[in-house]
Amino acid sequence: MSEASLTGSREAADAPREADQPHDSLVAHFGDRPLRLDAGVELSPFQIAYKTYGRLNAARSNAVLICHALTGDQHVASVHPVTKKAGWWETMVGPGRPIDTERYFVICPNVVGACMGTTGPSSTDPKTGKPWGLDFPVITIRDMVRAQAMLLDHLGIESLFTVAGGSMGGMQVLQWAASYPERVFSALPIACATRHSAQNIAFHEVGRQAIMADPEWRGGRYLLENTNPRRGLAVARMGAHITYLSDAALHRKFGRKFQDRANPTFSFDADFEVESYLRHQGISFVERFDANSYLYLTRAMDYFDLAADHDGVLAKAFHRTPTRFCVISFTSDWLFPTPESRAIVQALNAASARVSFAEIVTDKGHDAFLLDEPELFAIVRGFLDGAGKARGLSSES
Amino acid sequence: MSTLSRADVDVNANGIARAAGGARVDLVLVAEMVERGAKVLDVGCGDGELLRLLSETRDVDGRGIELSREGVNECVAKGLAVIQGDADTDLGNYPDDAFDYVILSQTLQATRQPRVVLEHMLRIGRHAVVSFPNFGHWQVRLQLLFAGHMPRTDMLPFSWYDTPNIHHCTIKDFRQLCTAVGVRMEKAVALNAWGSPLRLNAPWWFWNLFGEQAVFLLSRRD
Repeated sequence: MSEASLTGSREAADAPREADQPHDSLVAHFGDRPLRLDAGVELSPFQIAYKTYGRLNAARSNAVLICHALTGDQHVASVHPVTKKAGWWETMVGPGRPIDTERYFVICPNVVGACMGTTGPSSTDPKTGKPWGLDFPVITIRDMVRAQAMLLDHLGIESLFTVAGGSMGGMQVLQWAASYPERVFSALPIACATRHSAQNIAFHEVGRQAIMADPEWRGGRYLLENTNPRRGLAVARMGAHITYLSDAALHRKFGRKFQDRANPTFSFDADFEVESYLRHQGISFVERFDANSYLYLTRAMDYFDLAADHDGVLAKAFHRTPTRFCVISFTSDWLFPTPESRAIVQALNAASARVSFAEIVTDKGHDAFLLDEPELFAIVRGFLDGAGKARGLSSES
Repeated sequence: MSTLSRADVDVNANGIARAAGGARVDLVLVAEMVERGAKVLDVGCGDGELLRLLSETRDVDGRGIELSREGVNECVAKGLAVIQGDADTDLGNYPDDAFDYVILSQTLQATRQPRVVLEHMLRIGRHAVVSFPNFGHWQVRLQLLFAGHMPRTDMLPFSWYDTPNIHHCTIKDFRQLCTAVGVRMEKAVALNAWGSPLRLNAPWWFWNLFGEQAVFLLSRRD
């Protein structure tokens, strides 16, 4: 990547940041109710930035919670205020979409530890008036879900019609079903697992080391020192992005094609299209994401192990669950391969849960859950229609 | 036993007998053996026709297992609770007494270990309903005896080299398996080639010769 693109403009230190005052979002403030964290400390005060779409019905029975993935945010179905791009799941969520905002009241919060307005390491610590940085406590998937439950209390929503999400979002879905079974009527964990594998922890560690090896990271104090570990974060993103695709998808998209040239330059420029693509992914990512948040959220995923919280028996996490599940995986996803989803299904069967499980054939890899996959949409739509009938939601509500 | 009579049954051009309302006769028979509101597992549920029939006519809490990905995805898109799985390997994951009925509709002959599958069915469920094509049917016997080739009929349309059916049995064979496994036969119905139930008071040898398919309702002997 070029020097200029990664050391470019630095934000003015005193301008309000997205982390504290998010654009185009609702913000719930929790001033007197602390968030009890698995790390054994309390986070207080804290805030949750979120978006809602559609209308809550009179019975308050049509609320849908969307849990975002590692680098997602609350802007699930509307233009992103920083990148100006379409919402990250507009193919799935919106009017007439499978998660139909004309039928359901959709809530999408930014997770704790992230950087788009919910309290995280780049937020200002009210006790010091400075960004938290590495003084921010380490958080877990369960902490994220606990905070989301507090948001629902705040919104006066006792029970969710469905909780849906892919990847890290799927982990939150599973945690929701385990922590608050009576509040979750149906659950859609997509392309996820009940624990992070050694390989996935390993990939995350490479990403974290790339960030921490950037001299601009400054031991996590870059916001105070007015630097930004752009290069480290971009490299972390480049590495991670490969894991979201598949060999077949990369080959189909790029093959060995050269980028704007007919012959190799015999240098380390981005000769190949795939290099250029990855550099672009890295560069555009650092414009919208905070390096420390990347450390915290990858850590939360690494620590996730639902069975370990239940004496090592996954089925116990779902004992006597009333929730209806629809588990979905993709054939070419090697980050959360189908056997991980099958393990979820086996545990749910052992718990006598009502579960559907579909594996979708695609060469698009882990990212398939975010892409245009007609079979995915048909399955989600069918599952929600069935659940809606059981919930007594009218088709027009 | 069955409320079906000959007048209710219509055989279509594909040789598939359908009851009034359009459902396959063998599925209607299976459905009639299931108590209202029961919790049911359909093993090898295909495109979900039986599960749908059960939920519409018997108000059951139905789940399904299906081997083919296309079948599963079609079922889930219809709102049915179906998972991709294999009767031979995945029944072991279910706890004892998880269901009132476990159904194996036209699938027994395609399993690798029919006896193990049957034992699992009666461990997981209080009752088992099994339907299968009868390999003792006179058409099958005649084809092998006089034509000298593996039988091909409406019920068994495959060539020997591409059939999924690897463990054919006759009604007599199946009764012997039930005895060996020690299960109780609560009900049995045989359908002739036109999809009509055979006379109830007919002897077993008559069923074995003229029944093209059979449906058994089984329960544990305890």
